[in-house]
Amino acid sequence: MKQLECKELIATRIGFGRGLLEAGKKYKEIVVIGSDISSSVCVDFFAKEFPHRFFSLGIAEQNAITFACGLSLTGKIPFVASYATFIVMRTLDQIRVSACYNEMNIKIGGAHAGVSVGPDGATHQALEDIAALRALPNIVILSPADANQTFNAVFSVVEQTKLPSYIRFGREPVPCFTDINSKIVIGKSEVLNEGKHCTIIATGHMVWEALQAAYSLEKKGIFCNVVNMYSIKPIDKDIIIQTAQNSELVVTVEEHQIYGGLGSAVAEILSQNCPKKMLIIGMPDCFGESGKPEELLDKYKLTSHHIANKIEQVLKGNE
Amino acid sequence: MLLDELIRISYEIRKSVIEMLAEAGSGHLGGSLGLADVFTALYFKIMKHNPADPQWEGRDRLILSNGHVAPVLYASLAHAGYFPIAELKTLRKIGSRLQGHPGKDKGLPGLEISSGSLGQGLSIATGLALGLKLNNNNAKVFCICGDGELQEGSIWEAAMSAAHYKLDNLFCIVDRNFVQIDGPTSSVMEIEPLNLKWASFGWHVASCNGNNINDFLITFSEIENIVLKPKVIIANTIMGKGVKSIEGDYKWHGKAPTKQESEKFLEELKKYYETIGM
Repeated sequence: MKQLECKELIATRIGFGRGLLEAGKKYKEIVVIGSDISSSVCVDFFAKEFPHRFFSLGIAEQNAITFACGLSLTGKIPFVASYATFIVMRTLDQIRVSACYNEMNIKIGGAHAGVSVGPDGATHQALEDIAALRALPNIVILSPADANQTFNAVFSVVEQTKLPSYIRFGREPVPCFTDINSKIVIGKSEVLNEGKHCTIIATGHMVWEALQAAYSLEKKGIFCNVVNMYSIKPIDKDIIIQTAQNSELVVTVEEHQIYGGLGSAVAEILSQNCPKKMLIIGMPDCFGESGKPEELLDKYKLTSHHIANKIEQVLKGNE
Repeated sequence: MLLDELIRISYEIRKSVIEMLAEAGSGHLGGSLGLADVFTALYFKIMKHNPADPQWEGRDRLILSNGHVAPVLYASLAHAGYFPIAELKTLRKIGSRLQGHPGKDKGLPGLEISSGSLGQGLSIATGLALGLKLNNNNAKVFCICGDGELQEGSIWEAAMSAAHYKLDNLFCIVDRNFVQIDGPTSSVMEIEPLNLKWASFGWHVASCNGNNINDFLITFSEIENIVLKPKVIIANTIMGKGVKSIEGDYKWHGKAPTKQESEKFLEELKKYYETIGM
């Protein structure tokens, strides 16, 4: 397969903001709720264009989620965005009862996901949001790989589902390599590279790192499937089984705790359908800290170099 | 509808509440009886709604924030004609549309939302009230909250936002019965001064005897048309109202009568309605 190239560095939150603006032009039902950090999560693009469809609720995330549920009862499609850690973890009961149990058509944007948030430190680095939400019935969880895909994720949750939906994205500029015109389908994934030895299933910013790891391993004669698992729930069970079937090892990579996230989701499927040796790469059950994003990704071994090394060691039987 | 007729309906609702809870064997009797007059006034006099067309766009919406008093909501909906009164006997039983706490997924006609986790209904009602205004829909939104529920911080987030957006189509009714599961609200966590709290959050505040249908109707009519502010009625009620032996007793917050007790309670209820001249 042709190697994918990085076209430019763009933060996925910018992709979200641009997507929301464009979706807002197309769908008049979309309204946006602000939780004070509007420019930080890029909903200000929408707010400037559509001031009468933007409602600031201040620093009150619990109200933001349930208020959005009320709005959705009148046919609106409300988007609520804030830092993932606050808009998901603080409001989990609101999301569970008011949004999911009621099957409300609300859309939640979780910014600043992962340790790559950087200097703000552990309180602002969402590393448990997937685990928390994945356990809830009636929710869609998307974790797009780059800014273009985050742009498209906004359209996917509006056009493909009336269920409460969550889009997870990050703070820092990251390689943008997917085609802006390539729609993403809820419940599906994409195979970005093919190889017979190992399957790497990654999500979010880690897809690029997984690809680079695969390219470097090819030079050593280790060939890997790389799957971009942008839809965490529902998850693409078929592609997980299909790619894992002929692999010696299945590796998952995510900017999230190793418990309850993508790794767990893949393990749940493989253990019941096609048991395989697995390597779950993510935050090793600890909180993050302050630092430059690249320093943190290096420290917690979430860069392509670390991923490739780890895979090589496991395949050689050293670990 | 004449007051006499409303009082008769409140009697039917209370009877149904006692009977359905005795049949279910669990549930919340005290608050359900205490709110029967408010629900009668709302569903049989104040609210615009159509049981034959539960999804009618122009309907006034009732959001039950304190979902545990579901029995009085179910009894009111059934007596209003949304579904057969006989179905009340299925409360809390497997396969029933009448969940222990309201569950919208079961498709009960007239039920607007699922609720049961306290402190969320007022936020939903607030978003709903804003959405109706955006759609140029003149319908009103009524949100029923328990008094103990006001201890939830999210209630005050919602209160702030409703005043900020001047939602004069929103009416919150506080079931002020002064008791909660652990005891009197004043000892569990004081919520007074309630009037001042709501007023300082930008709401128009009224209070009334929530166990006197006429008083509730008059109070509502006095505040109905006040503009640019959300409105709250602090409805002073007595938990267990109508059954003398349990009135005001917080132990009946979350309890259902046995079959034997229910017969005694129905007798007491009959006597209560005789004393108020029905």
